[in-house]
Amino acid sequence: MVTATFALLLVLTAISYAINVRAAYAIRRTGQRLHSIAGYHGLYGALVVGIPVLILLLFWLVVQGSVIDYLVVTKFADEHFGGLGEGEKQLILAEIRSVANGRLFGEPAEWVVEAAQYLNRLVDLSKNALIPVLVLVALPLMVLTRRQVQADFRSRPRAERIVLALMVMCAVVAVFTTIGIVAALLFESIRFFSLVPIDEFLLGLNWEPQIPMREDQVAAEGAFGWIPVIVGTLLVMTIAVTMAVPIGLLSAIYLNEFASPWLRGIAKPILEILAGVPTVVYGFFAILVIAPALRALGETLQLNIAPNTALAAGGVMGIMLIPFISSFTDDALNAVPEDLRNGALALGATRTETMLQVLFPAALPGISGGILLAVSRAIGETMIVVMAAGLIAKLTFNPLDSVTTVTVQIVTLLIGDTSFDNPKTLAAFALGLMLFLVTLVINVYALRIVRQYREVYE
Amino acid sequence: MDTKTAHQESTATTVALSLPRRRRRQFGLKALGLGAILVAFLMLVILIGSIFMSGYRAFVQTHVELPVYINPQTIDVAKLPRGNFRSLLTDSLQPIFPELESRQEKSEALRILSNGAQFMLRDRVVADPSLIGQTIQLIVPVSDPYDQLNKELINRTTPEERRRLNDRQIQLFDRLKDAGMISTPLNTGIIFNPDSRFPELAGLKGAIIGSFWALLVCFLISFPVGIGAAIYLEEFAPRNRISDFIEVNINNLAAVPSVVFGLLAVAVFIGWFGLPRSAPFVGGMTLALMTMPTVIIAARAALKSVPSSIREAALGCGASKQQVVFGHVLPLAMPGILTGTIIGLAQALGETAPLLLIGMNAFITSAPTGPFDSSTALPTQIFIWADSPERGFVSRTSAAILVLLGFLIAMNSLAIFLRSQFERKW
Repeated sequence: MVTATFALLLVLTAISYAINVRAAYAIRRTGQRLHSIAGYHGLYGALVVGIPVLILLLFWLVVQGSVIDYLVVTKFADEHFGGLGEGEKQLILAEIRSVANGRLFGEPAEWVVEAAQYLNRLVDLSKNALIPVLVLVALPLMVLTRRQVQADFRSRPRAERIVLALMVMCAVVAVFTTIGIVAALLFESIRFFSLVPIDEFLLGLNWEPQIPMREDQVAAEGAFGWIPVIVGTLLVMTIAVTMAVPIGLLSAIYLNEFASPWLRGIAKPILEILAGVPTVVYGFFAILVIAPALRALGETLQLNIAPNTALAAGGVMGIMLIPFISSFTDDALNAVPEDLRNGALALGATRTETMLQVLFPAALPGISGGILLAVSRAIGETMIVVMAAGLIAKLTFNPLDSVTTVTVQIVTLLIGDTSFDNPKTLAAFALGLMLFLVTLVINVYALRIVRQYREVYE
Repeated sequence: MDTKTAHQESTATTVALSLPRRRRRQFGLKALGLGAILVAFLMLVILIGSIFMSGYRAFVQTHVELPVYINPQTIDVAKLPRGNFRSLLTDSLQPIFPELESRQEKSEALRILSNGAQFMLRDRVVADPSLIGQTIQLIVPVSDPYDQLNKELINRTTPEERRRLNDRQIQLFDRLKDAGMISTPLNTGIIFNPDSRFPELAGLKGAIIGSFWALLVCFLISFPVGIGAAIYLEEFAPRNRISDFIEVNINNLAAVPSVVFGLLAVAVFIGWFGLPRSAPFVGGMTLALMTMPTVIIAARAALKSVPSSIREAALGCGASKQQVVFGHVLPLAMPGILTGTIIGLAQALGETAPLLLIGMNAFITSAPTGPFDSSTALPTQIFIWADSPERGFVSRTSAAILVLLGFLIAMNSLAIFLRSQFERKW
């Protein structure tokens, strides 16, 4: 159905193109000189027809679900939806939808069956109406552009203006994505903070995101203090960065200064492979190999290592970050002007002294920018910790213990839950907002350092 | 004069004396650097090696071949697809294990076969009802514990109470094996079966098709939009605050954690627009937003590498600015753009967290037929299997990872091939 409408869109656009090209050629055959070549008349026709129809089609597809829901709710508003909360409405709508799709669970109420039939009628109506509406919109536009095809019609500048506008729209999509992220996170977080006070969230030392299943349940109130979660995140991040920084730095220094071209040719692709392995694979590696190995080690050393210790998640995350840090270090070292190296060597410094006392300090701003970006990667990394770290928030700095992280909590709070009306799911958005802000600040700062550093030597 | 030579000599001796220490330091740094590279290399070997070692066994599957008499008294043509196919299987095991008497013993023997065996038998009879009354050779997977036993993953020497199969069960299986009814053919099911609760039946079909739809949607959105944005920023945008802002924005988007894109998708695509959960279409849109910065950055680099003499020549011949870009610069930059896009898509293929949030981790036993059907994707399927308690899923997960890595290697090789084939040095 959707495929058919997009095919229709293409056909309409192609027809408009063909009609206008033919018309332009016809004019040329009469001996008149066209302002723009025939192809541009065709392109102009295609754009004038295609863009409005595409916008209408996308709008229709995005909006139709909500409109149909709204119509169903308003039709049965007084008897069955009066005074219900948003969540309850959604539940009833879901039931109506499943009845409408022919999936029956028990005996639905009579009005639900009626509503389901009404819903199906609306869905059919929407389906049947879409294609005629698209054609009805397209036809006048086709006629309009066909009429505009004349010898002195400036179709090239017009078409180019439309294309330029399209490209601007493409560039703005990135801005809209950022706006969308901020809007979604802020909107849901504000709803969360209307249920849970913001100071309790920021300063609370307990994270137990349960919600009472029944009204009278007192025990499971739920606590939403994010301190243990952020401490766990920082702990895992610290382990990962402590592991990745020395290995990444040293390997980059060796490859940059000492390695033979042969070794460089082998080692760089290997590091790239490490960087290309999906994080879900690292996560499985952590639970398959690293965690059992650490446990066995703990048993021989008589240490109490938790099954999902922060060490396993952090260590594997460290492996993931090695190529990241080494490539940033390599870039930064390469950006140091050759003169500095030659000067140091000419004064009699060994290669090591040149590296450690001249090149490395000169490259340090770029390297620290890279390390900061790695820190932000580690904070935002999700799959490794979801698979290898714990679920229970514990306020501890012990790397052998099990901790939870911001991203783990976001995923576990949202998996399998769709209603956005309880603090449990909304808490995920509040955590997401904090995560976004923290990583944004680090990224902006790090990117600025890296850029300034490049400018110094350019 | 003397003092000067003496001074020179003393400097020379100081340097000479310090040389061994300085060389030792050089040696130390080199050793550390080489060690760091070796550690990274070792990690990669352990990573790939351990997953291969645990996964390669899942590419074969133990099957049992059983003659089954389709008894017309049990199965009625008129009542298909209903019918007691389970008892047909029990009856066909009877001649092999004649000493089994009680119901309990018989059903224990039946448990050697996969739980799906009766449904496979049913499907075969439904497809061809003329089989009723005949004896057919049925080849079905054995259930997970026996598969593990046959692959020698269950140690027969462990004490019985700590083993997953007791001596009696092992003996039954060995008799089947001695009768030549056990075979271990290539496990095509792992690619061509949909997901299942039973490890011996579970496959990646749904996940592969779901990933295909998601990547297709991702490509259809991120490729044109990314190129459009790159051309505008590189060739047309005036140098001002606004285009700087857009640029900073794109660079930052590339570093936003993937789980945040998942939150965006949950709140906006599913919550506000009402698009279906678990659909590859929504997954593809989310991945497109993440891939776009990669495409834009790659496309800008490719456009930048086209020398300005090309632009000037075309402009000199009277082409308009857009004719220059679309007729000359863009075609020359295309190989570079394609390479960057493929690398971006390969990243998108391995992306898991946003797909988890939009519900592409549902348990779905049929492959999706379109981008709006509920489905899983390869990485989320890996996550689901890694979470499953059955032992058999450990090697299935590793096998699924090997399949995913296979796709990634194929995509990256294509990118490398494109680069080497079409890259031009100006």
